Parts: sequence; structure tokens; C-alpha cells
Amino acid sequence: MKLRDTVHFHLYKHLLLLIFLLLCFQSSVWITGADFTKIWTNSNQMTAFFARFLHPDVRYIPKLLLPLLKTLQMSFLGTIIGVAMALPFSLLATTVFTENRWLSIVIRFILGLIRTVPNLLLAALFVAIVGIGEATGVLTIAVFTFGMVSQLMFQAIETIDQAPIEAAAAVGANKWQITIYAILPQVMGQFASYTFYAFEVNVRASTVLGYVGAGGIGVILNASLALMNYERVSIIILLILITVAVVDFCSERVRRAFL
Amino acid sequence: MMVKDIKKRTWVWCSIFMAFVLLALLTLDYSSLSTFSLTMGQEVIRGLSKPDWSFFYDGSGEDLFSLLLLTLAIACLGTLIAAVLAIPITLISAANLWQSAPWVAKIGKMICNVLRAFPELVYAIIFVKVVGPGPFAGVMAIGVHQIGMLGKLFTEEMEAMNDHLIEEAQAVGANFWQTMFFVRVPYLAPIYSSFALNHFEIAVRSAATLGLVGAGGIGAPLIFAIQTRTWSKVSIILLGVVVTVFLLDQLTGIIRKKLR
Repeated sequence: MKLRDTVHFHLYKHLLLLIFLLLCFQSSVWITGADFTKIWTNSNQMTAFFARFLHPDVRYIPKLLLPLLKTLQMSFLGTIIGVAMALPFSLLATTVFTENRWLSIVIRFILGLIRTVPNLLLAALFVAIVGIGEATGVLTIAVFTFGMVSQLMFQAIETIDQAPIEAAAAVGANKWQITIYAILPQVMGQFASYTFYAFEVNVRASTVLGYVGAGGIGVILNASLALMNYERVSIIILLILITVAVVDFCSERVRRAFL
Repeated sequence: MMVKDIKKRTWVWCSIFMAFVLLALLTLDYSSLSTFSLTMGQEVIRGLSKPDWSFFYDGSGEDLFSLLLLTLAIACLGTLIAAVLAIPITLISAANLWQSAPWVAKIGKMICNVLRAFPELVYAIIFVKVVGPGPFAGVMAIGVHQIGMLGKLFTEEMEAMNDHLIEEAQAVGANFWQTMFFVRVPYLAPIYSSFALNHFEIAVRSAATLGLVGAGGIGAPLIFAIQTRTWSKVSIILLGVVVTVFLLDQLTGIIRKKLR
């Protein structure tokens, strides 16, 4: 860092940036019709909500355990399927494997397109096409994981050491032998770590997927909200938070053991 | 790595893992898939391949263009609010600013964790109750959730920053506020801007989904179109969302590369 990097130099540039941000703020306020005083004037609504929210209905827990298990099952299966699909496509997306720049660019573009669809919209679409239920949830999570993990994977493959590949090619290995003996051993640890990361993200996501009918605990969350049964909503959210925390903790431990 | 080099313990773990996968596969409820038929799938694909271009812009304010603009505005306002409010939270929760009173930093970190723990959809539901359905509920939901996310990232960067720069400033007699404005702010500003831009991208994606619960944006017309099975409309909306997010990703990617 040098002295000229501090705020006081290029003052006009920073002022212009500030004005630009203020313009963004003002036009967004204008477009969304935001009215910040509403938060104070409607605060009695908030207190009414939280008064009931802070008394979780503990007796409802036994009925929630099975849907919670189903949610975990959905994210587990979805992660496995998504990662299994991502492996071949991430190899195809790197020039290390294909030695064909255009094929890699096309595959990357398709992967980028899949990643741009938000997963709740994906779930809503699959529910309409395939039907309501847990299998739809698995399908959604699999596609979402595929988009997320394949990008992480091809970035990992791109940064590997080229020497083992050249060595294997020099002794006459074909493409499959190079992949199995020179590329995969270098990235397996990272792949395992990404899989656990994806599982964490998916557990968080799958709890709300049920909101559009994709199975799991979200279905009950949606029903309780529609019936304005906030004591139950509160216990469901509490259970989701505990589950996410436990999964994060476990996967952090396993990831450390892997790397 | 040869097959015979794999340890016995690894085999045991792999077989336990495969047993879990099989168990999960077998116990899943597949009854929903029976309603799916090939002719219906064909109909969906035929509808999706013919986007309804008349929905793109019709001047009514309920068309794709104005709704996408609204979605962008929700994300922009939410991220701006969060980025500004995350800074005081960072000042509270960075452990290296509170060396004489470490408990303050712990409280700050706990606030971040609690804010971050709820999914955005839950915030949206709460704010739809509080301020009424509309874009403003979406702004608040994204804003509150992002405070926790950005607060955590900002704090980590603040704690990981190079101590030598601060020691140098202190050695020439700078007080707390002088080190803050002449060392910490210039060092952290590009990193923080990069994080804020990245979270703007994420916010656009969530703003597109928050319409499902009535919090404004493109999500509401999309869910109506899906439920009434107007596939040509679903197709044009999805196309709009995908193109917007893709272009925005490229744009922020270029800006973030320059910030490095």
C-alpha cells in the first residue's frame, strides 16, 4: 500500500463514486416505493408477531422429526447425484482434459446458464412438471448442486500441476489413464471438501424448498404459516437452525480430517 | 495411486457410505413421480420453446422489463443498506479492535450469527407481515439477511489484515482514529467493495425468488404462470432472469477483477 492509495488523493474520483451510489440508492427507493417510516408505524405488528413467536410449541417436536429426517435424506441424495453428474462435466469443461478450447467454452457457458437459475425457482418449475413430493426435491437439489460443484471442480482441475500429466503422456498413457492416474489423484481431496460444502449449502436450501411443494420440513412450515400458527412456525425454524448448526459442525470436522 | 494401495479402512468407510446411499434411495417416497407422463413433458417442452415475447414490454408496469428493473432495485437497495449497516457491526465484532474488552467482540459476532441463521425466505415472510406485501418487504428481508452475511465477511477481513501496517502507523504516533482512517479504511475499502458487489449478485438471485411469498419482484408473476401452466410466459420470464443474472455476473466479475 502506498500513500497515494489513501482516501485523500483522487478526491474527485471518490466523490463521483459516492454521488453514483447515492443516485443508485435514490432511484432504487423511487422504483421500489420504499417507505422507511413504515417500520416504526407498523412496529405493533412486529411485536404481535414476536410475542407469539417467542413461545415455541415444544410439544410439536415429535411430529417434526420424520420430515426433518426426510429433508436431510433429500439433500444427501441430491448432493451425491449432483456431484456424480458434475465430475464428468467438470473434466469436459477444462482444456487439460479435452485439449479443445471451443468444447470447453461451450460446456462452461451451459454450466454458467444452469447456475443462474435460483434454486427456489428451479423447485417451483420441477414441482409443476414432475409433481409434488420428495423426489422433486432430490431432482432440484441435484441440478442445483451440479451447477455449483462443477464450477468449483473445473477451477480446481485447471490449477493442477502439469508435470504428472506430461510424465504419464511421455510413457504412453492414453487419455483415460492420464485422467485416472495423473489428474484425479491431485484433486480428489478438494472434490471431497467441495462435496461437504455443497451438502451444507443444500441442507440450508432444502429446508425452504418444501415451501413450493418439494417435500421435507418446508411443507409443514408453509402450512403453519398459512394457518398463522406462529408458535409452530417458531419451533420449526428453531429445529432447522439446530439441524443446520449440527450439520455444519460435523462436516467441518470431516473436512478437516480429509485435508 | 493404485487400487491395491487403498487401505482396508477406506474400503470399510466406502461400503458404509454406499449402504447409506442405498438406504436413502430405497426409502424415498416416489409416489409423486407416477403423475408424470411423457405427453405432459412434451407439452411443457413445446410451451417452453415458444417464449411469449409480447410480455417483454407492454407499458403497463406489469411487464417483464419493469419487473426485472424492480427486482434489480430491490437487490440494490437491500445490499446498499446492508453494506452501510454492516460496518458498525464489524467495528463491534472485530476482535483486534477490542483487545482490552474481548467480550464486546463476542457479542458482535453473536449478532451476526443470529442474523445470518434465518433463511431469506423466512425474513421475507416476517416483513410481509410487518410492512405489508410489496417490494419494500423484499428490500428489508435482503437487507437484514445481508447485514449478517457481510458483517461476518467484513469482520474476518478486518481480523486477518496485516498488523505491520498498523504498528508502523502507531510507531509514528497515530492514535486509534488516525490508524482507522489512514491505514485500515484504505486497505480494506477495495476488499469490502468486492464483497458487497458479490453479495449484490446473490441478492439479485434471491430477489427473484422472494416474490413467491409476496415480497415484490419477478417471482410473483412467475409462480402464477407456473401454477396456471402458461409455459410460454414461464419461458420468457425464466429467459429474462437468466439473461439478467448472467450479464450482471459478467459485469461485477470485471469490476471485481479491477478492484484486486
